[in-house]
Amino acid sequence: MTVSYEEALQRYEPVFGLETHVELGTRTKLFCGCPTAFGAEPNSQVCPVCLGLPGSLPAVNRMAVEYTIRIGLALNCTIARWCRFARKNYFYPDMPKNFQISQYDEPLCTDGWLDVVAGGTTVRVGIERVHLEEDTGKSLHVGGATGRIHGAEYSLIDYNRAGIPLVEIVTKPVPGTGFLAPGVARAYVTELRDLLRSLGVSDVRMEEGSLRCDVNTSLSARGSGAWGTRTETKNVNSLRSVERAVRSEIERQAAVLDAGGRVVQETRHFHEDTGVTTGGRSKEEAQDYRYFPEPDLVPLAPPPEWVEKIRAALPELPAARRARLQAEWSLSDLEFEALRNAGAVDAVEQTVRAGASPADARKWWLGELARRANDAGVEVVSLPITPADVARVAELVAAGTLSDRLAREVIDGVLDGEGPPDQVVAARGLAVLSDEGALAAAVDEAIAANPDAAAKVRDGKVAAAGPLVGAVMRATRGRADAARVRDLILQRLTGA
Amino acid sequence: MELTRLTAAQLSAALAAGEVSAAEVTRAHLDRIAATDAKVHAFLHVAADAALAAAASIDQRRASGERLGPLAGVPVAVKDVFTTAGMPTTCGSRILDGWHPPYDATVTARLKRAGAVILGKTNMDEFAMGSSTENSAFGPSRNPWDLDRVPGGSSGGSAAAVAAYQAPLAVGTDTGGSIRQPAAVCGIVGTKPTYGGSSRYGVVAFASSLDTPGPFGRTVLDAALLHEAMSGHDPMDSTSIDAPVPPVVAAARAADVSGMRIGVVAELSGEGYQPGVTSRFAEAVELLESLGAKVTEVSCPHFRYALPAYYLIAPSECSSNLARFDAMRYGLRVGDDGTRDAEQVMALTREAGFGAEVKRRIILGTYALSSGYYDAYYGKAQQVRTLIIRDFEAAFGQVDALVSPATPTTAFGIGERADDPMAMYAADLCTIPSDLAGNAAISVPCGLAPEDGLPVGLQVMAPALADDRLYRVAAAAEAALTERWGQPLLRQARGLDA
Repeated sequence: MTVSYEEALQRYEPVFGLETHVELGTRTKLFCGCPTAFGAEPNSQVCPVCLGLPGSLPAVNRMAVEYTIRIGLALNCTIARWCRFARKNYFYPDMPKNFQISQYDEPLCTDGWLDVVAGGTTVRVGIERVHLEEDTGKSLHVGGATGRIHGAEYSLIDYNRAGIPLVEIVTKPVPGTGFLAPGVARAYVTELRDLLRSLGVSDVRMEEGSLRCDVNTSLSARGSGAWGTRTETKNVNSLRSVERAVRSEIERQAAVLDAGGRVVQETRHFHEDTGVTTGGRSKEEAQDYRYFPEPDLVPLAPPPEWVEKIRAALPELPAARRARLQAEWSLSDLEFEALRNAGAVDAVEQTVRAGASPADARKWWLGELARRANDAGVEVVSLPITPADVARVAELVAAGTLSDRLAREVIDGVLDGEGPPDQVVAARGLAVLSDEGALAAAVDEAIAANPDAAAKVRDGKVAAAGPLVGAVMRATRGRADAARVRDLILQRLTGA
Repeated sequence: MELTRLTAAQLSAALAAGEVSAAEVTRAHLDRIAATDAKVHAFLHVAADAALAAAASIDQRRASGERLGPLAGVPVAVKDVFTTAGMPTTCGSRILDGWHPPYDATVTARLKRAGAVILGKTNMDEFAMGSSTENSAFGPSRNPWDLDRVPGGSSGGSAAAVAAYQAPLAVGTDTGGSIRQPAAVCGIVGTKPTYGGSSRYGVVAFASSLDTPGPFGRTVLDAALLHEAMSGHDPMDSTSIDAPVPPVVAAARAADVSGMRIGVVAELSGEGYQPGVTSRFAEAVELLESLGAKVTEVSCPHFRYALPAYYLIAPSECSSNLARFDAMRYGLRVGDDGTRDAEQVMALTREAGFGAEVKRRIILGTYALSSGYYDAYYGKAQQVRTLIIRDFEAAFGQVDALVSPATPTTAFGIGERADDPMAMYAADLCTIPSDLAGNAAISVPCGLAPEDGLPVGLQVMAPALADDRLYRVAAAAEAALTERWGQPLLRQARGLDA
């Protein structure tokens, strides 16, 4: 039995929450001096500490703590005056010590919020906690159907990733978003990604796994007030997947509940290809991680002066920047959201900075360029044209050197790799014909070649000027300004 | 001149004066090991070639006029819990069979930098869990006073090596008494420095919040020399204290207790204490008083809960610390025949690689940390630990140092307590409180128990970072007692050289 999303929402109210893991962009690992660069030869960025060799001990990377505090402050959290690392104990071959150094009941940052905009409404997502922990190594299970350890022929482990600092950001449950829930979930991760980038703490490359999400979802019967059992969906590793995973769980859980069943508290696995989740470990027989305070590390007690210094040095955050730009560009909420959804805010800002008016910059990126990106199936900002190019095109149009039609041809040339706009204009000979003598000659030729039309115009049938204008435009290969041509023809034939 | 009978301080002077070479000193000790270790079994690995090469290099440097430190050319034995590049490190366990660590522990590196000549790796209870070395996977070491008795543990190999004149100095680790208890029952000096005073980097962890590397010597001064050389801040160990090493060598030379306030811990006496231990301890206290110390009795009421608290905290930490021995990256691997998955290989390896006591403590600790039991066991034990720290604080508000017997009994027989864990655990009754509190303590010989003729240790305890007080008290007692005995106590040991 399946239940459509719309049906599900008629009967149930979804509540979701997100746990997001972000790899910090520190130069070295969390507890040793090994480099963190992505893509190195497997097991080439390791030492006794991150391999967990007997006798080795961790020493905390100060920069990782600073980055975590930066994130906590940007998320309006309280920064702990005193907190500890804890060991999370479980056996897995890619975990060198068979425990992970994490934080448990004493996270570094607690109780914050992040405002996100979805469907024109602003939702305040509560932040439960932000904590710091070490990443595990990476397993590659070879053979077997599932790509998982069970059934694999053999497994390879790359410990380069072991010990890379990870920050876990956990939201409070987000109720009351109804139909918007999947969109709000996506908007939250998008906003978080932008925030992390602006803070300079991570480059957040989702395709490299530097940001990974677990999505908790539950349903409660409308009006019941009681929250349902939640599931945790893992492997949600793109913005689109976040949205799909919430939607898919809402539909699945609604079907279970409609059939009189009960939702099992469990970990589910999201499949990018099908967009659905499948069951995994049941939380009801959950592992006991036997957390206890990490005895190899002294408590973390960031001095308040340090925290205030970090706060003072925070860059302009995305929300503030957006408010500023929206005001500077005089855009409505919806206009601005359209710009955000296209991912073109930065491009417009840079185009404006390169000299274009905000209206022009927005027009080009959201109009012509967005259309081409859409045709090519790519993001608008990944088109091979720079904001400076766009600004130059806008400038040429404003100066009358290019008509809109010519400008589109210039864009063609830039996108085809023919060089910057001026080079394309020169190479393709696209500048508007401004030589009055040449233009007058072209008008005379057109009148001479179309005596019937000319006669009608002389008789006062102004509409008959069209074919004459067309002839001039043809003769000048479109480089003339059509309005100017029309004026010249009327002048010549009627003296007007 | 019988080189192996000289103290480290005497060897240091002879080496500096050019009367002997490091090569000669090293060879003499290697010969002594070769002649006696079949009986004592203090060593798991003798690094003869590396030791002779290190000695030759020291001799060369000295010949070229380089100014060298006091330990340059002096041999030292290293407990097999410290990682040593170029030598195996087993921790007395099958599970680390064949592992050659790629790096030196900070203590190992500091010994090398000081020019000390590492003779080899000494036997120990598996992963430092035990009080007799009987838990070593490679067989027990024996007490040079009586080869049928244990040398104590877990650093029993290091203590036996020093007591058997195989090495003038040795390093060990103390988690619940693993330096002081073997020192006491072997009739030598052993110190547990302040926790964090000596680096744990490269010490294969048993219980991280307790493990403390420290020195063994036949004299208080020798222990102080080694203490100074091995200690000091290490950024690789986050729990290492960033403070100067207390002036332990100067204190050992001062050997002065006049005006010091010394407290006798009331709770560390009475039932369970061997009469000869009690009487020798009482004489030592009288002696300190006669040397000018002001002696009072001090009560530390929570010490009686120290042993149970220790046996929750230490196993809890060890259950996590020992999880890494899983056959995946180093050491023993059992059952990897292509038919089993990683989890099965891990289980079979741990089953085969760990001994009974290690398994007992892993199970105990796993239980104590389990959800639903954590508060009642691990949490409660940490509260007790806090109370013990407060007992010490209150006591050190009244006195400068505390004293007690180092062990309730003298060395027990091999096999005597092997099947009785509680009796074995009781050997650390007097030493555990200092470990839980993280402060400093030493054991120094104070005579032989009349009923068995075996050595008794006097334990001196001092506040954290006041390690020098230990040496002042111990050196004063040592000087007065040696004068009384007419010779060092160890000269009476008859197990080897009857």
